[in-house]
Amino acid sequence: MALIEAKGVHVRFGDRVVLEEVDMSVLEKECHGIMGPNGAGKTTFFNVLTGRAKPTRGELFLDGENVAGLPPHRIARKGVARSFQIMTLFDEYTARDNVMVALPQFRDRGFDMRRAAAGDSHFKSEAEKVLADVGLADKADIRAKELPYGDRRALEIAVALAQKPRVLCLDEPTSGLGTDGVQRLLGLAQKLKGKLTMIVIEHDMSFLFSLADRISVLHWGQVVARGTPLQLQENPWVKRSNLGKFS
Amino acid sequence: MNGASPNSPDAARLITPTMLIVWLLLATIPLWISRIGLYPYLGIEILIWSIYALSFNLVLGTAGLPSFGHGAFFGIGAYAFGLCQFNVSSNLWICLVVTTLAAAFAGALAALFISHRRGIYYAFMTIAFGQIFWTIAIKSHSITGGEDGLLKIARLPADFGFVSFDLKSNVSFYYFVLAVFVVIVIALWRLTHSPYGRVLSAIRQSETRAAHLGYKVWFYKASVFAISTGLSGLAGGLFAMAQLAAFPDVMSLHQSGYIVMMTLVGGGLVSFWGPVVGVFTFLIARDVIGAMTSAWMLWFGLLFIVIVLFKPEGIAGAFRSIVDSAKAKARHAQGMSALRLLFRS
Repeated sequence: MALIEAKGVHVRFGDRVVLEEVDMSVLEKECHGIMGPNGAGKTTFFNVLTGRAKPTRGELFLDGENVAGLPPHRIARKGVARSFQIMTLFDEYTARDNVMVALPQFRDRGFDMRRAAAGDSHFKSEAEKVLADVGLADKADIRAKELPYGDRRALEIAVALAQKPRVLCLDEPTSGLGTDGVQRLLGLAQKLKGKLTMIVIEHDMSFLFSLADRISVLHWGQVVARGTPLQLQENPWVKRSNLGKFS
Repeated sequence: MNGASPNSPDAARLITPTMLIVWLLLATIPLWISRIGLYPYLGIEILIWSIYALSFNLVLGTAGLPSFGHGAFFGIGAYAFGLCQFNVSSNLWICLVVTTLAAAFAGALAALFISHRRGIYYAFMTIAFGQIFWTIAIKSHSITGGEDGLLKIARLPADFGFVSFDLKSNVSFYYFVLAVFVVIVIALWRLTHSPYGRVLSAIRQSETRAAHLGYKVWFYKASVFAISTGLSGLAGGLFAMAQLAAFPDVMSLHQSGYIVMMTLVGGGLVSFWGPVVGVFTFLIARDVIGAMTSAWMLWFGLLFIVIVLFKPEGIAGAFRSIVDSAKAKARHAQGMSALRLLFRS
């Protein structure tokens, strides 16, 4: 059974239909890519998936439970973590503190007003482990806003990983990165692949085609093609559109 | 971040060296304040407003919530103290607890409506609630005394069972307020540096991210608002004791604006002590400039504009950058002397 199952998800903002009867299923531990031109509804689909937008109608099952329309914090607590296309970090916090706040153990103590957060070395070492996983071990003490762009992208993913998610949603993780940055990110993503369920929105086709198990193509709010990267290369729609131009 | 940087040793301390210095300095005020031409009552006002400003800054500085109606809760505290004293009990401790709870309850009620809002909408909602409470206070003549105020509030003795302190003189009351100030400073310092404080600060930096990390953001916003209004109410109760009365004026929009100005001028956004610095500056300016010209607010307003334009981090922020550049100079000087030593040998 699929871990995530979207059935007829429909989103309308005023008189604009952004997603139209989208069906999508993502298997457990699969890496599922979403591609499509700008304005196709990719990020809106993510927003529905993570509780940021409510679907006008339709159902969204996470492990058999309909989570459509739940607020973000409840969906996050069910193990869905996301990164943002426009980076959303705690800029004044150090890299370590960004990750620390994201730890579920820290969240469980969120209403603790009596103890000093700094006194807890357990959180610190947990956070440092996650930073090491994304290659930021030596940058733990640098404030997020002072990190170079590529490191900020990595920190976005570290913050999501710190949640120990079952489902990791990455919204254009390579956006703004140079070729080195993309390679580094690809290495990281391939390391994660198979360990958890990943859904990746991406414009960089070669990145997505070398990473994803299956890909759904969104256009004008509808799924116009789906399949493995190999199948999609032969898909007439993808071939016709400029999306098919991958190296 | 307002407070010690999360990784400095002070962040984990219950009592910091700065606190001890501040408390000691404050404890000496009654000994010399009359000699410099001021008066002990000013000391009481400064301490009460400092408690109020620190509580307010929990919302503005730590959680980043623009509340422009906090005066209402300060006023509710003042009325609650008087009403409790007249109708419930003449025990100081009971009245102060009732005062805090009454203001926290009113704050929680407002918070239920405003905590799903952000930015300018949040600010407007706090103004609206402030105005509602202020209007109620003025119109409920039979309960609050309307514009005449609630008069004849007594300074109840501080009874510890085995010993009881009379607080009627300004000096003894000053030390009582100082004791409350000490407790509030310790509590707020710890709260700011606790996991709860970290989450609030994270929410200030990005509500969206905090929500997607699983934090129930509106509940954090509501809870900190209730805590802040409760403590503001406590300050209001002390103010009623100081004035021997409670007036609706403190609940008005322009008085709510004062606390915002004090906090920002002092540097509440970058420093735990900023609000206290702001209160000192504001009240001393009021008395010193006010003795020279009745248009003292004009000059303070200009100071406010200058600070916002040139040093948005406030006085505490300016002080911090002076200390930092002095440290950098010292390091530079050390480096130079090390170089000289190298070249000499």
